[in-house]
Amino acid sequence: MSTQPDNLPLPNKGPRPEHELEDLKRVWATPKGFRIVTAVNNTVVGTLYIGIAFLFFVLAGILALVMRTQLAVGDNAFVGQDLYNQLFTVHGTTMMFLFAVPAVEALGVMLLPQMLAARDLPFPRLSAFAIWAYIIGGLVFFSTIFYDLAPKGGWFMYPPLTLTEYSPGDNADFWLLGIGFIEISAIAGAIEIVVGVLRTRPPGMTLARMPIFAWAMLIFAAMIIFAFPAVILATMLLEIERAFGWPFFTAELGGDAVLWQHLFWFFGHPEVYIIFLPAAGLVSMMIPTMAQTPLVGYRLIVVALIATGFFSFGLWVHHMFTTGIPALSLTFFSAASMAVAIPSGIQVFSWIATIAAGRERLRLTVPSLFILGFLFIFTLGGLTGVMVAIVPFDLQAHDSYFVVAHFHYVLVGGMVFPLFATFYYWAPLVSSRMLSERLGKWAFWLMFIGFNVAFFPMHITGLAGMPRRVWTYPSNMGWDVLNTISTVGAFTIAAGVLVFIIDLFRNFRFGNGPENPWNAGTLEFLPNDVYSTRSIPRVTSRDPLWDRPSLSREVEEGLHYLPGAPTGGRETIVTSAVEAEPQYVIQMPGPSWTHLAAAAFTAAFFLLLTIKQVTIALTCGVLAIAACLVWTWQLDKPSQGEVDIGGGIKLPTYMTGPLSHSWWAMVVLMLVAASLYVSYFFSYLYLWTVSPEVWAPAGSPAPPSLLYPLGSAAMFVGGSALILWAGRRLPEEGRSWSATPLLLVAAAILIVGAIGLEVLGHIGTGLDPKASSYGAMVYMAAFLTGQAAFATVILCLFAVARQVTGQLDRRRRVTFDNAALFFYYTSAQGLFGLVLIHGFPRLIG
Amino acid sequence: MTAPVLRSLAGTLCLLALAGCAGEQSAFFPRGAEAERIETLFWVMTIAGSVIFIGVVVATGVAMLGGQRVRRVLAGERFIAGAGIAFPVAALSILLVAGFLVMRAGAAGEDAEGGLRIAVSGERWWWRVTYLGEDGTQIESANELHLPVGEPVTLELTTADVIHSFWAPQLAGKLDMIPGRINRLTLTATEPGVSRGQCAEYCGGAHAFMSFQVVAQPPEDFADWMANEAADAPAPQGESEARGAELFRQAGCGACHTVRGAGANGRIGPDLTHVGSRRSLAAATLPNDAEAFARWITDNQHIKPENQMPPYTIFDEAELEDLSNYLESLK
Repeated sequence: MSTQPDNLPLPNKGPRPEHELEDLKRVWATPKGFRIVTAVNNTVVGTLYIGIAFLFFVLAGILALVMRTQLAVGDNAFVGQDLYNQLFTVHGTTMMFLFAVPAVEALGVMLLPQMLAARDLPFPRLSAFAIWAYIIGGLVFFSTIFYDLAPKGGWFMYPPLTLTEYSPGDNADFWLLGIGFIEISAIAGAIEIVVGVLRTRPPGMTLARMPIFAWAMLIFAAMIIFAFPAVILATMLLEIERAFGWPFFTAELGGDAVLWQHLFWFFGHPEVYIIFLPAAGLVSMMIPTMAQTPLVGYRLIVVALIATGFFSFGLWVHHMFTTGIPALSLTFFSAASMAVAIPSGIQVFSWIATIAAGRERLRLTVPSLFILGFLFIFTLGGLTGVMVAIVPFDLQAHDSYFVVAHFHYVLVGGMVFPLFATFYYWAPLVSSRMLSERLGKWAFWLMFIGFNVAFFPMHITGLAGMPRRVWTYPSNMGWDVLNTISTVGAFTIAAGVLVFIIDLFRNFRFGNGPENPWNAGTLEFLPNDVYSTRSIPRVTSRDPLWDRPSLSREVEEGLHYLPGAPTGGRETIVTSAVEAEPQYVIQMPGPSWTHLAAAAFTAAFFLLLTIKQVTIALTCGVLAIAACLVWTWQLDKPSQGEVDIGGGIKLPTYMTGPLSHSWWAMVVLMLVAASLYVSYFFSYLYLWTVSPEVWAPAGSPAPPSLLYPLGSAAMFVGGSALILWAGRRLPEEGRSWSATPLLLVAAAILIVGAIGLEVLGHIGTGLDPKASSYGAMVYMAAFLTGQAAFATVILCLFAVARQVTGQLDRRRRVTFDNAALFFYYTSAQGLFGLVLIHGFPRLIG
Repeated sequence: MTAPVLRSLAGTLCLLALAGCAGEQSAFFPRGAEAERIETLFWVMTIAGSVIFIGVVVATGVAMLGGQRVRRVLAGERFIAGAGIAFPVAALSILLVAGFLVMRAGAAGEDAEGGLRIAVSGERWWWRVTYLGEDGTQIESANELHLPVGEPVTLELTTADVIHSFWAPQLAGKLDMIPGRINRLTLTATEPGVSRGQCAEYCGGAHAFMSFQVVAQPPEDFADWMANEAADAPAPQGESEARGAELFRQAGCGACHTVRGAGANGRIGPDLTHVGSRRSLAAATLPNDAEAFARWITDNQHIKPENQMPPYTIFDEAELEDLSNYLESLK
C-alpha cells in the first residue's frame, strides 16, 4: 500500500471563525415538522430509503410465512390456488425489486457521501425524487395483494402466460407498474452514484485509495446502466402487446415468447450481482475493522468486482437451459457460469486472509457473526451454483425446489446477512445509540439456524421431484416431512427478524452516535453532523483514520478543506475522476416540494394508466413534468466567483463542459438510452432469426419509398446543425437576446418532423403493427426515438425559456449543453433506426 | 463404478423423509438412462462440493482461531491466488468437461434414428399424448405415457397455449414446451415400472395439478398395450354402462372429448377412448375409479380449480353412476 508520508501543512489554519460552523448548521439544517418530507440530505432520505426497503423485506417475508404454512403438509387448504399464485409472485417481485435493489441503493445513498467525506451526493433532489417515487409506487404495488389484484405470473412474468389472453384483468399491469417505478428510481440512483463516486471524492482519494464499497457501488451503478434497459424494453413491449396487441411475443404472428426470456434474464442475471456486489463491498469494509488490519488483496478484490460485473452479462442463458437451446451455446454459457465463480472465490479467500492477518483475533461482534454466517451460507450457495451451471444437472434441478434452495442461499446469504451486519456496524452513523450486542446475537443465531433449517432440506425436496410454484402437493409423494422442517425453519428466521425489530425499537434513535465505536479506518467514522464532516479531509491512504490518528480532530476543528459555506448555500468539492484533484465547488439545491410533487404525480400517472383512467392519468403526467420543470428551474445557479477552500486552492463555483457534473450525468443518461436501443436492436434481429421467412411476412406491404427515410434523415441532421449553430449564437453574459431561442425551436420542430415523416411513410404503405411482429418492430423503432425526442423537445423549450428570462448565456450554459447533448444523441439513434428499418429488409430481401 | 453404493446412500438419505409411494417422481431413484447419468454426476459434484465447502469452513476457522504461524500462511496474497484462482480454475475445468461429456452422451441418444416417436402437447392443465406411427398413424391418449423398456423414445414437445415443461425426474431432465417450437427429448427407460412426472414451468392456475404417469413396460407388453390403445373403444357391456353411453352422447360430452368408435370427436379435452385403463384421472390428480369419475364430473372446480371443464350438476345420482360406470369401462 502506498502510504506516503504526509508532512504537508494542513490546508486551513485554526482556530476557525465561529460563524463558519453556524453557517454550515444553518445551510444544511434538516427541515422541521411536517416539512421533513421536503428534506433532500442523504442521511435523512437515505435512512428513510433503507427503512422502507426493510419494511418491504418484512412484508414480503410475511407472505413467505403464509406460503410456508400452506406447504407445511401435503393436500393443505390453508390458502387457495389463486391467492397462492399471487403470493409467490408478489413475494419474489417485492424481494427482488422493492427490497434488494432499493436496499443496496439506499446504503449507497446513505453511506457513500460519508465514506467520501462529501457533504451530499451531487444531485440531492434526484435521489429524493427516486426514493419518493419508489415509496409510493412500491406501496401501491404491494397493496394489490389485499384486494385480489396482485399479479400471478411469477416474478419473471413469462409470456404468453402474462398476455391478455391468459392473464385478463389488471393484475399483470400492476406488476408492470411496480417495475416501472423501480426502473425509474434505480436508474436515477445509478446516475447519482456514478457521478458521486467519480466526482465527489475528497482531495487525494485516488481510485486506488477508494473504499471497496465505493468500487462496488460504481460497478453496481454501471451494471444498472447496462442491465436495466433490457428489462425496461421488455416491460414496454409486454405492456404494448397487452394494451394494443402488437405481437412481440405471439408465435403465430412471428413473435417469440423466448424473446422475453432473453431480455428479462439479460437484466435478471446481472441483477443478482447488482444485489450481491454492494453487499460484498460492505463485507470488505467490515472485516478489516473487525480484524483491525488493512484488507488483504485490495487490488485482487477490485479486479474480482470488475470481473464479476463483466461476466455477469454473459450468463443470462443459464436461466434458459431447458428451453431447448442448441448445445453449442449451452456449452458457452455453462462455461461462463462457472467462470463467474472464480471472482467470488477470490473475494472469499481475501476475506479469510484478512481475518488471518489480524493483529488480534477476529472480534466476535454481531457484525462479525453475520459476516461469518454470510461466508458459510454464500459459499454453499456458490457451490450449488456451480452444480446448476452444469447443463445436464440443471435439467433436473431447474424450476425445482433445488433451485429455490440455491438462490435463497445466494441471495439471503449473499445480501441479507451482510445487510444485517451493516445495520449493526453502521447504525452509529444515524442513531445516537448503538444496537444491542445481546439482542443482535439472538437475532443472528435464530436467523442463521432458521435459514439452514428452512432452506437446506429444499435441495433434497427439489431432487425428490417437487417443482417450484406449486400451491399444494399430494401427501403421498414423500415431501411432507421435508416441507414441515422447512416451515419450522422459516418461522425461526422470522423470530430472528422480530428480535432485530425489537432491538430497533429499543435502541434506534435518529441522531449522531458515538464516534468511531469499532475503531474503523475509513472516513464515514469521522465526526459527523447534518453537513457531513466539518471540513473535507485531504486523503493520503486507504485507511486514513488509522494512518493519521489526528485526522478526526483536525477535520472537526475545520483545519481541512472547505470548512464553511462560502457561497452561502449547500456545496461540496468536485474532484477529478481518477486522481481526485479539486476542480470546482458545486452548488447544490436544498429542501423542496418540487421533486416530491414530481414523484407523486409520476406515481399517479402510472397508477391511473394501469386502471385505465386515461384522462386523469395524462393530467397527472403533465403535472409531473411541470413539477420537474419547476424543480430544475431552481438549479443551474449563477457563478459565485472563486472560493478559497484552503491550502491555497481557489476553486470556481460554476463549471461547464466535460468537467461539469451535469455533463457527466447527461452522458450516463445517454448510455442508458443507448443500452435501451441496443436491446431493441437485439430484439429486432432476434425476431428475424426466429422467423426469417416472415420478415417481412408475405402479403405485407413493401417498405416505403427511400425518399421517406432520406427526408427524415435530413431533418435529424439539419436539426443537429441548427443546435450546433445555436450554441455559437448564445448571448454575451448579462444579455438575453440572440438567435439561439429561434434556432432551438426550429430544431425541435425538425426532430418531431423527422419522426412524423418516418411514421407517415409506414402508415402510407398500410403496414399494420398488430398484424405481425415485423410491423410491430418497425413502429417500435419510431416509438423509442419518439420517446427520446419528446424529452429533447422539452429540454430545448426549457433552454429557450431560460434564455428569454436571462438565465442562459455564453458562460452560464449548462441548460443549453444538456439539451444539445440529448439532441445529438436522439438524432444519432434516429439515424441508426432509419438504416435498420429501411436497410435491413432490403438487404435480406 | 460406485453408482450402486451412491444409490444406496441416496436411498438411506431419502428414506428418512420419504414414505408411501414416494420416489415415483424422485431424481434420486432413476429408471432411465438420462436420469442415471445425471444422478452419477450429481453425486460426484456433491461429494467434491462438500470437500471444498469443508475446506473453506476449516480455513475460516483456522484464520480465526489458529496459531500465529498457520495464520501467517493464510494471510498473504499467495494464499488467495492459490485457493481463490488456481484451484477453482483447475476444478471447474474438469467439471466443465465432465458435464459436457454427459451432455454429449445424452445427445447421442437423441440422434438415434427411427424408434418410437410420441408427440406430447402441454395444455392448461393436462397433457395430450399422441403416438406417431412410422406409417403416419396417430393414436391419441392423455396424461399417461407408455414406453418400451430399453428403447430410446423421442418425445416431440409442443404447447397449445402457454409455456409448460415436461419433467419425469426418474427418466430424464426436463425440457420446456414453447409456443411455435418443437423441442425433442429422448427417454430410455431402463427398468419396468410406473413413475410420475409433473409440469415444471409455472403455467398459471392449476399448474400444481398438471401431472402425468409414465409406464415403462417390457417391449412385448408394450406392443399388447399399444394394440389395445389403437383399437376403438369397447362397446358398453352391461345395462348401466349402456345407459351411461347414452347419457354421454345426450349431454354433449363429445363436443369436447373424443371416444373413438362411439361418435364422440371433440378435441378440446382429453381423449377418453381408453380412459378406464389409465392409472389416474385429471392429469394424475385423482385415482381412476367410478367414484372419482362421479366426483370429477360434478365437483371438478374444487378438485382442480380453474380447469377448463365446467362442473356438470345436471345428472341425478343414478345417472351419475351410469355415466361413471361407462367411463370406467372404457378400457
